[in-house]
Amino acid sequence: MSRLTLAAAVIAALFLAGCGESEQVVVYKQGKYQGKKDGLPWDNSPLAAEQRGGNWTKGDRGSWETQIKNRQLAQHEHKRIYQ
Amino acid sequence: MARMKFLCDAERCIECNGCVTACKNENEVPWGVNRRRVVTINDGVIGAEKSISVACMHCSDAPCMAVCPVDCFYRTDDGVVLHDKDLCIGCGYCFYACPFGAPQFPQAGAFGLRGKMDKCTFCAGGPEADRSEAEFKKYGRNRLAEGKLPACAEMCSTKALLGGDGDVIADIYRERVLRRGKGSEVWGWGTAYGPGKPGAQPPAGAKS
Repeated sequence: MSRLTLAAAVIAALFLAGCGESEQVVVYKQGKYQGKKDGLPWDNSPLAAEQRGGNWTKGDRGSWETQIKNRQLAQHEHKRIYQ
Repeated sequence: MARMKFLCDAERCIECNGCVTACKNENEVPWGVNRRRVVTINDGVIGAEKSISVACMHCSDAPCMAVCPVDCFYRTDDGVVLHDKDLCIGCGYCFYACPFGAPQFPQAGAFGLRGKMDKCTFCAGGPEADRSEAEFKKYGRNRLAEGKLPACAEMCSTKALLGGDGDVIADIYRERVLRRGKGSEVWGWGTAYGPGKPGAQPPAGAKS
């Protein structure tokens, strides 16, 4: 009889556990890139002139940025016309 | 350097789809995938029709990055949002998250099976050796590593689409808006043919 009581108590406890108010909201975690590492654009040497390559020093970010900035300003027709 | 951005001037875009063609050609984008497209509103309504060229906007806080279950997105030092196709599982979450419809999925087989996501890379390639054959096949041409800007922006005939450092292109756009005025002044003679003499400054009050 005591076993039956014990079993009933365990089952009752399990049922009651289902009524708990445990936190069920998923916490958002910021993901982190898992893929391969990418190269840096300024770590390449410029293309040959016949391929209309830019002009910068390999590995020098500043010179590459200057090259890109010149390229950006070429989109500005007022600068192109009135310079 | 600030972040690389695109800016499309709806007053200038003539819906020629040159940017779309340039992108397709430069990156050899497969059939059915459009990294860039031109959207037109009020089509055919005189005076109200506007077009804008749309692709990945390389968001500073990109929703595609936030929702990707395999974390295949990354942002380069120049603010270009790229992804690793070796990790992508083609789930399509990024497509639902993106407000611009930038992520594209090639049909990989029968029954509408989706392939790995493809999107505008700002002509910056992807996580393979720069300017390599593998990079070109997976992601397209790496023009930034060639010291160039995206083909779509550089090919734009009316210069409606600007690409580059957000600060620089915003300055270009601002100056352009201040100069062009409105109405017939938008089609100024000076802009088309210049001041007449090389190196000369436009006369004061000239229409640009």
